[in-house]
Order: sequence, then structure tokens, then C-alpha cells
Amino acid sequence: MMRHAETEAAVADEKNGRPVKISVRNLTKRFGDLLVLDDLTFNIHANEFVCVVGPTGCGKTTFLNCLTRIYEPTSGDLLIDNASADPQKHNISFVFQEPSAFPWLTVEENLAYGLKIKRVAKGEIERRVNQILDLMGLQQFRKSYPGELSVSIEQRVIIGRSFAMRPDLLLMDEPYGQMDVKVRFYLEDEVIRLWKELGSTIVFITHNIEEAVYLAERVIILSNKPACIKEELVLDLPRPRNIAGSEFIQYRKYITDKIKWW
Amino acid sequence: MALDDNALKIKLREWKDKQRRDDLKYLGIGAASLLAFLLFWQMAVKTGLANERTLPAPSAIFETFLDKLTDPDPDGNTLGTNIFASLQVSLSGFFAALVIGIPLGLCMGWWTYADRFLRPIFELIRPVPPIAWIPLVVVWMGVGLKAKALIIFFTTFVPCVINSYTGIRLTNQTLINVSKTFGAKNFEIFHKVGIPSAMPMVFAGVRVALGSSWSTLVAAEMLAASAGLGYMIQYGRNVARADIVIVGMLTIGLVGAFLAAMLQFVEKRFLKWKTTR
Repeated sequence: MMRHAETEAAVADEKNGRPVKISVRNLTKRFGDLLVLDDLTFNIHANEFVCVVGPTGCGKTTFLNCLTRIYEPTSGDLLIDNASADPQKHNISFVFQEPSAFPWLTVEENLAYGLKIKRVAKGEIERRVNQILDLMGLQQFRKSYPGELSVSIEQRVIIGRSFAMRPDLLLMDEPYGQMDVKVRFYLEDEVIRLWKELGSTIVFITHNIEEAVYLAERVIILSNKPACIKEELVLDLPRPRNIAGSEFIQYRKYITDKIKWW
Repeated sequence: MALDDNALKIKLREWKDKQRRDDLKYLGIGAASLLAFLLFWQMAVKTGLANERTLPAPSAIFETFLDKLTDPDPDGNTLGTNIFASLQVSLSGFFAALVIGIPLGLCMGWWTYADRFLRPIFELIRPVPPIAWIPLVVVWMGVGLKAKALIIFFTTFVPCVINSYTGIRLTNQTLINVSKTFGAKNFEIFHKVGIPSAMPMVFAGVRVALGSSWSTLVAAEMLAASAGLGYMIQYGRNVARADIVIVGMLTIGLVGAFLAAMLQFVEKRFLKWKTTR
């Protein structure tokens, strides 16, 4: 009942009629002699939710930083809609591990920040900011500064800021790493809701396997450094997923074993 | 809900009352210390412990202060004229330093080329005491307002540059990366992320600069001056009027404190995100 391999994922998505949105081709990154990413190749389809898991220190963050061009890959490329990814041309959004709201901007200014950089028309910015404020339940905080908010609300602002971009590609790097279980569950449901509502394409990095199984349509398992793709796993569990269900636990155990036995 | 609101309001009022009582208490303690100091001083002079000619009693100084408000003797200007002359010198030097020093520091902190190019000159000039410039400045621009303002400029310029530089250097890399992934160009990141994040440090530098601009005043007014608080102090020394010297010192202190308070007011406005924490 477990279906593996990229070909099967591709077949499944052809059935859904989702075109390939992002194509990673032989992505390799070296820092001097240290090989961090070793020849990664995979596709992500439009409106897909992919989780990337792997052992700590395997190069997950480096992988994301290559996708956003904070680092230039040593070789290989990342294509968005068949063009080499370029933050100034494409619409890429990134939710970082650390809190990254601008402390000198109010909540609504934070939400509008990326849209202003993209020179989106004023009326449209206002409309989208309002939509996000509603979706994330942030209306009452719109004039507050991040320093006046709790960490979990600040994280909601950051996630909202990324979704407001309507990104071609939304990258999330362990965004809930520092949250307690209750807040995490809440924000996980939030991210699924936004994903369905806005139809974004998401790559979500986590070392929390339960989180990956809860969120992903497809999980990419990375090996220990130098990271290569160990396996791709399509999860076709219905939503909302039951973390105590037997299938859920089976998937979780399977992925845990894969990460454990390198 | 309404009941809760009321209860909250009462609590808030209680808390505010307590704050006000506390504020008053601490103000009282501060005033008491000042009063005790003045009293001790007055006693020391009146009992002959200190010489009245070299250290006048506070009451005498207060009298001189009131006199100086209207009386131009002995230095030829009323206190108001002196304050105005000094403010003109120190503020023109101070603002010139802000306008040049802050952008310079910010650019040096952001662009490595600017840093490498300008740093050697800056490091060479930085340790030179501002007073050492006096002979040269006199040759260049005489002894007028410009010359004195330039001396002040040299003092205030350094903290402006250093703090702006350090401030922008401390910009959180994550915030820069956020902007990069949104597709911002380097200059846009500089003015949208670098500058605002450097502002608290810049203001700290401005505060230091304001303090030093005011304290170099006496030195700057050693150049032939005809008015100013520094000049008044010099004059008081020449005619052996300790009370005039002390009035000059106190006035410098008071005006300095007033300027610092004004700056704090501006800072609160500017850095609302910081102070509402």
C-alpha cells in the first residue's frame, strides 16, 4: 500500500492534471571540499505540498538557501516554470527558522512588505493585506509592532506575509521548531487552510516526522551529509489526518526508520 | 463582559495611582539629595570652612545668576546672549556632523568598498583630540563662528560615524535574507532594512555627540570670542569672579540637560517600535 518513486508521483499528478511547477536538476553544493548537496533531482507540481525531512545537519537549510539563491549552487539548477529561478523575477517566499518580522514595522506594514518590493499596486496590496489579516485572525493587531506580540502571533504574521505574496514557491524552514505542541498543531492546520484557500506550492522542511506526515502530500527523505534523495513517498491519507490512526503511524515509523538507518 | 471591563478599569486606575505615588517618591528622594548637597555647601562657606572668594555660597551664585539675566557686566553680555551665542556654535557644528557623519557611517557599514576606502583616513583622524585642530582651524578660517563650529564638528563627527557604522553592521542577516528572497535589490535592502535597524545605535551616537558638542564648547570659545558661555567662564576667571565661572558652568549643565531631554523626546517619536516594548 505504500507507493514510492518519483515516476508514481508523476503519474498521480498527471491524473490530477497538475503541471510541473518547479524542477530541480542535479543540484549540487560544495563549500570548499565539503560536499553538502549531492546531485538532487526532483519535480514539484503546481499546488503541491512537499515536506523535506532528513537527519539533523544533513544540509536541509543549505538546500533551501540554494532554492532561494541566497547561495549559488555549485552546479545544477532550479527551474521555475522552465526558467532558472531568480528572486527578482519569480515570486519566491521564505519563512525562516528564526522569527523574521521587521521590528520597526507594524503588523500590516510587515504583511505589505514583500508586495511593496514587488511593486504591486496599492489597492491590491491593501486588499491582500486585509484578506490575510482576516484569514489569520490578526485584525486586532494590525497596528501593533512585533515586539508587542507573543512569539506565536509573530510567527503567524511571518507566515501571513509569505502567503500574501501568492508565491510561485513557498519555502518554509522549520517554521514551528520553537513552538510548543499546542501552538504547532494550531499553526499546522492554519498552513493547510491557507494552502488550500490560496493554492500555493509549498516546500516545508522539518525534522519532525509527525509534522511531515501530517502536512505533506509527498515527503522527500534526504540522506545524511552529503545529502542526496533517499526516497520519495506519496502520502494519500485523507484530511484532516488523524495522528493516532494506524496508517498514519505506519508512515511515521517507516520514515523514521529510513532516517535512522543510513 | 461589562463587569469585567469595569473591574479592569478600576485595577488600571489603582495601578496608575501607585505609579504616580512611586514617581513622586523617587522625585522626592532626588530633590532631597540635591538639597542636602546645597545645604552642606552653604554651611561650609558660611562657617568659613571654604573661602568665599574662591567658592561662593549657593545663595550668592543664585543671586549672580539672576543678575546676569539682565546685567551685561562684567563680560559685556547678558546670560541670554551668551547662551544664544554658544547654541549657535555648538548646534551648527553638531548638525553638520550629523548630516555628514551618519550617512558616511551607514555607507561604510554597508558597502565594503566604501569601508576599505574611507577607513584608513577615518582611523587616522579619529584619535586626534579636537582641540589639537585649533591652531590650524584659526589659520584656515579665522576666529569666527565657522572656525568654532568646525572644532565642535570634529568632536561630534566621530561618534556619529562609529555608531552608524556599528548599527548597520549589526543588521540581522535573516531580515536581509527575507528581503533578498522577496527580490529586493541591495540598495533597497539598505534603505528598507539596514537604515531602520541601525536607528537605535544611530540615536545612541547622536546622544554622545550632543554631549561632547556641548562639553567642547569651552575649548572652542577659547578662540577669540566676544560672547558665549565658554567666553563668560574665561572672562570670569580673568577678573577673578568665581561666581561668574560657576554660573557659566551651571548654565552649560542646564542647557545640556535640556537639549538631551529634547533629543530623548525626538527619539521616542522616531523609535516608537522600540520604546513601546
